[in-house]
Amino acid sequence: AGDQNLFTSIYPTLSQQLPREPMEWRRSYGRAPKMIHLESNFVQFKEELLPKEGNKALLTFPFLHIYWTECCDTEVYKATVKDDLTKWQNVLKAHSSVDWLIVVVENDAKKKNKTNILPRTSIVDKIRNDFCNKQSDRCVVLSDPLKDSSRTQESWNAFLTKLRTLLLMSFTKNLGKFEDDMRTLREKRTEPGWSFCEYFMVQEELAFVFEMLQQFEDALVQYDELDALFSQYVVNFGAGDGANWLAFFCQPVKSWNGLILRKPIDMEKRELIQRQEAALLDLRSYLFSRQCTLLLFLQRPWEVAQRALELLHSCVQELKLLEVSVPPGALDCWVFLSCLEVLQRIEGCCDRAQIDSNIAHTVGLWSYATEKLKSLGYLCGLVSEKGPNSEDLNRTVDLLAGLGAERPETANTAQSPYKKLKEALSSVEAFEKHYLDLSHATIEMYTSIGRIRSAKLVGKDLAEFYMRKKSPQKAEIYLQGALKNYLAEGWALPITHTRKQLAECQKHLGQIENYLQTSSLLASDHHLTEEERKYFCQEILTFASQQSDSPGHRIVLPMHSFAHLRDLHFDPSNAVVHVGGILSVEITVCSQMPIPVHMEQIAVNVHFSIEKNSYRKTAEWLTKHKTSNGIINFPAETSPLPASQNSLPALELYEMFERSPSDNSLNTTGIICRNVHMLLRRQESSSSLEVPSGLALEEGAHVLRCSSVTLEPGPNKIAFRTQAREPGTYTLRQLCASAGPVWFVLPHIYPIVQYDVYSQEPQLHVEPLADSLLAGIPQKVKFTVTTGHYTIKNGDSLQLSNVESMLILCQAENRAVVYSNTREQCSSALLRIQSSDKVTSISLPVAPAYHVIEFELEVLSLPSAPAARGESDLLGTPEPHRKHKDKQKTSHSMVTTDHKVSIDCPWSIYSTVIALTFSVPFRTTHSLLSSGTRKYVQVCVQNLSELEFQLSDSNLVDTGDSTDLQLIPLNTQSQQRIYSKQPVFFVWELKWTQEPPPSLRCQFSMRFSPASDERLSVSLKPYTYEFQVENFFTLYNVKAEISPPSGMEYCRTGSLCSLEVSITRLSDLLEVDKDDALTESEDYFSTRLMYEVVDNSSNWAVCGKSCGVISMPVAAQATHRVHMEVMPLFAGYLPLPDVRLFKYLPHHSAHSCQLDADSWIENDSLSVDKHGDEQLDSSSVKSRGSMHSASSSEHKGLPMPRLQALPAGQVFNSSTGMQVLVIPSQDDHVLEVSVT
Amino acid sequence: MAVCIAVIAKENYPLYIRSAPTENELKFHYMVHTSLDVVDEKISAMGKALVDQRELYLGLLYPTEDYKVYGYVTNSKVKFVMVVDSSNTALRDNEIRSMFRKLHNSYTDVMCNPFYNPGDRIQSRAFDNMVMSMMVQVC
Repeated sequence: AGDQNLFTSIYPTLSQQLPREPMEWRRSYGRAPKMIHLESNFVQFKEELLPKEGNKALLTFPFLHIYWTECCDTEVYKATVKDDLTKWQNVLKAHSSVDWLIVVVENDAKKKNKTNILPRTSIVDKIRNDFCNKQSDRCVVLSDPLKDSSRTQESWNAFLTKLRTLLLMSFTKNLGKFEDDMRTLREKRTEPGWSFCEYFMVQEELAFVFEMLQQFEDALVQYDELDALFSQYVVNFGAGDGANWLAFFCQPVKSWNGLILRKPIDMEKRELIQRQEAALLDLRSYLFSRQCTLLLFLQRPWEVAQRALELLHSCVQELKLLEVSVPPGALDCWVFLSCLEVLQRIEGCCDRAQIDSNIAHTVGLWSYATEKLKSLGYLCGLVSEKGPNSEDLNRTVDLLAGLGAERPETANTAQSPYKKLKEALSSVEAFEKHYLDLSHATIEMYTSIGRIRSAKLVGKDLAEFYMRKKSPQKAEIYLQGALKNYLAEGWALPITHTRKQLAECQKHLGQIENYLQTSSLLASDHHLTEEERKYFCQEILTFASQQSDSPGHRIVLPMHSFAHLRDLHFDPSNAVVHVGGILSVEITVCSQMPIPVHMEQIAVNVHFSIEKNSYRKTAEWLTKHKTSNGIINFPAETSPLPASQNSLPALELYEMFERSPSDNSLNTTGIICRNVHMLLRRQESSSSLEVPSGLALEEGAHVLRCSSVTLEPGPNKIAFRTQAREPGTYTLRQLCASAGPVWFVLPHIYPIVQYDVYSQEPQLHVEPLADSLLAGIPQKVKFTVTTGHYTIKNGDSLQLSNVESMLILCQAENRAVVYSNTREQCSSALLRIQSSDKVTSISLPVAPAYHVIEFELEVLSLPSAPAARGESDLLGTPEPHRKHKDKQKTSHSMVTTDHKVSIDCPWSIYSTVIALTFSVPFRTTHSLLSSGTRKYVQVCVQNLSELEFQLSDSNLVDTGDSTDLQLIPLNTQSQQRIYSKQPVFFVWELKWTQEPPPSLRCQFSMRFSPASDERLSVSLKPYTYEFQVENFFTLYNVKAEISPPSGMEYCRTGSLCSLEVSITRLSDLLEVDKDDALTESEDYFSTRLMYEVVDNSSNWAVCGKSCGVISMPVAAQATHRVHMEVMPLFAGYLPLPDVRLFKYLPHHSAHSCQLDADSWIENDSLSVDKHGDEQLDSSSVKSRGSMHSASSSEHKGLPMPRLQALPAGQVFNSSTGMQVLVIPSQDDHVLEVSVT
Repeated sequence: MAVCIAVIAKENYPLYIRSAPTENELKFHYMVHTSLDVVDEKISAMGKALVDQRELYLGLLYPTEDYKVYGYVTNSKVKFVMVVDSSNTALRDNEIRSMFRKLHNSYTDVMCNPFYNPGDRIQSRAFDNMVMSMMVQVC
């Protein structure tokens, strides 16, 4: 108001200067202060412009009223300006507007003109006085606004600051008031008359203000609030809480022309809303276009895309919820148009790179648009082969009508959504083009952001489309791609569905092989219905039954879909069969087909290999190993799991310990994986589950066949029989089932199944039944004939060369048992044994090849006396082994005898030599016992075996020719039992009438039989033992006597006693005396003897010489007495010390000198080394020492004389066993007690 | 409530999938399978950002016109996917969250079963019942 001319002159500067400086805007409700730039419209004051009560328009609201004046004259002021001001003020007051400002512009030029000028301040003061009684800041002075001086600048600045502050103050106040009003209005929304559209306009006003202030965020908030409020109403409506105003939005959709995002404000729609005529889509469209605009202002185009998708979804939902009637396809049109509009809008404001990097946000819209276009196409009959029919065309026309006319703003752009849709719906070809474009674009986008699964799904839709368009070759690739993806991740239902589509596609394409394969997969798919499965199964069968035009043409399909191998059973169960044997293989195949399928042939290809390792082929090994029950179970297929899972082998982990080599301490321990190479292998990118690329039929020479089999659904048993031909290992490789030209092939049978065919040479084994054979008694020997490939004919026999000392006992009943190779008894037959002098012939029972004949024979090894040395050199006679001859006393091993039997077998020209070892069960020793001149022979028989024997008819005969000798048995019992490991003694007295011979050869014999077995078929040969006794005649009688010291009744310990040894010659000169020791002097013979008194038990101390050499006259009753002193060391009955006699041979005696001279010299000491250690035991150190010195002095430098022990029989010690009572000495105080 | 609930193994094959209207099973299978794309995307995005305090709930994966697909991933990368009818506006994020938590607990119980072989299809009756209760319960 005020001076209009003045304002016009200032206005340009003002409007330019005002927004230049930002102002801090403090806002209510704790909202953060913001810096804003104010920009304002200046309008000339008119009373009409002042807002009336209840006006909701905020945008055109006058925030500040300014009165401009340049009056500098009091007169003028009083006359006009004051009145004018008052009037203006009144008007403002009437409208309760408190935001005003009076600007006084000072102009120097005007001042000069007027001389009677009042001080300029006075005008201002006046105005202030008049109007601004409280608010002095409401009056501002602007000096020389049009001049360029510092003063002007200053005043300008002050003015502008004031202006801004005031403007803002007013604005804030009014905005607050407006917001409050709006809230009040919102709170009234439950009231019946409330209208959303009215409220919408109010809140939008606020949004506009914010937008104007470039507070897009806040503006967006306003719209979002409106959006949420509306959504909430819709939801509530759905829940039954409907508002009246909402019913208006429920009107049927008549127009579906999509979103319009190109204009900032779609006034057309706004007006509709204002007039409360907007449909739901209109409101949504308008709301979203506003949001979109603001978001784009905010540089958030991606949010637009995201929100657009949400909006489209929710709109569709809302329409459904509100039960708005929508013509079919209308929504699809709307969505399609909107999608494209949004996409184009976004593209319009972003550069290429930005779009590419944010495909993730927009791709949803793309795919949505694709989807919608697809459904439109289906709806309008554009997809079908024949093209749209009239009904479809009508529908299309209706849909196009709903689009309305194209908007002017897009009319010029060639690619507008409107045009696109219109074109797409116009013809089949155009639709195809657009649809393909969209689909490809979507797939490409999905793929580029790694959403493979989504891409595949779109691809599948596309494939469906192609199928509709009858171009299956294009569809196939998409279906295969999708199927591969589903297979890799193991999604059963999608797999089934896609396969079904694929099957159709392949059928159309005429890919018979693939089609049949897919069909077989589908026929075994449990996710399909029974009918569908039967259909696909029938498809295969139909094809199979067709007479194919090219015979020999095969269609090879993988087996796994058709049937799977469950188990396999060999008979014989060890899967080992001899050449010519029958092997039957029974496999259990689970047919996956829904109906019984007749197969012309089922065959197993067998790979034959001759193993280099011949050991594996030996029948023994084969029969011993592989003792499984012949059933091989195949792992059940784990189809639902993806290929990546089940193709991985299981981890094979093992413990590992590493020890240091030096001290075996643990260095490292860990777990190692044995099959790393399997696990870390690069995964095959394309698991050829569908493509039977590597499926090759193996045409092996060896095939197990089974013709004309009907496979019922579920497990089927199929038996194959084969006759084994060549020895070797046969590996089952492939399983094929064929029906006509269709072959189902299981390319690999895993786990590996093998059977072995072996050929075996006939063999004969002879082994004793017991651990060891005992000589002398009948023993059983088992004969095992393994026939191998030889068939035993009638009349075949084993020819055993007889051994003299081993008899083959023919028993009346000797049965041979024939076993099959698997140890099943087949038959048994009586064994015929014919014996001649040289040969025993055993006729074998008839047995087929690869059988075992077992029979037992009794053999008897004739005992032979082991003592008969050197007489057994004849061939074939027993060869007694006297093992450990010198240790016989300690060892208890039996003497063994080997018999070698050579056997002629019918299958070989060579004879088999079999050694049988027999053990002699007894060990016999003999000894000569003397009593004065009477002689006894003792024979000790030791049973070494585990058996008990009955001994009888023991006899000892002199095998020498001395007739005057008599052997009188002292044995009372004629029969004796000898227990295991026990000895039995036999004694005979030796009597002679004439001079006895120097040596006596005897033979001991006795009969023995096993004690357990009473009746024996054969008479057993007696056991004999030959031995020789020499020099058994007693020559000397040694008698020792100890007498107490004189005057004493008993010997006392510690006191010397006298020992008197008398050696008496009992016979005259005999043959045995004639040796080196004998000296002859004139008809008088004497022999030199050495005696020695030794006390082994340390009872006595021999004082003085303990030994000496005497010359003994060789005459009967010649006696030599020796006297010596001994001292008892202990009290009690002490046995007498031993007296030993030796023949003292002179040094020149024949063989000793040479033989022993070296050793004697080396030793350089005496001689009696044989007794050296015994002497050491002797307690008489003194005596021993003296003896040593004596003997050493005696023989120094000379060849040593030799001592020869007299044979046991020649010396009789008559005082053996005598004891002398020794009483302890009285002064013996020391009592040694040793406790151990 | 939910129309389809799926448990998907780390390797993206289904351990368990059940949908309430059985006639549309195939559609749900496709839907769940496709939503795995977004799950993968979210997991990889999350892997970079928050490793320690990871939110198992993935939120809305994949809105379609009729259904909303929500995702949840356990620490062992087993995914739970739930498809909810879009018209069911009463289901807010919080309810979905609690449903997932319930599902997770039940799944943990299944895993605790010593006779359950991890990686096998879930055939537990208890789990089945729980899933059924979440699907049947109409809000």
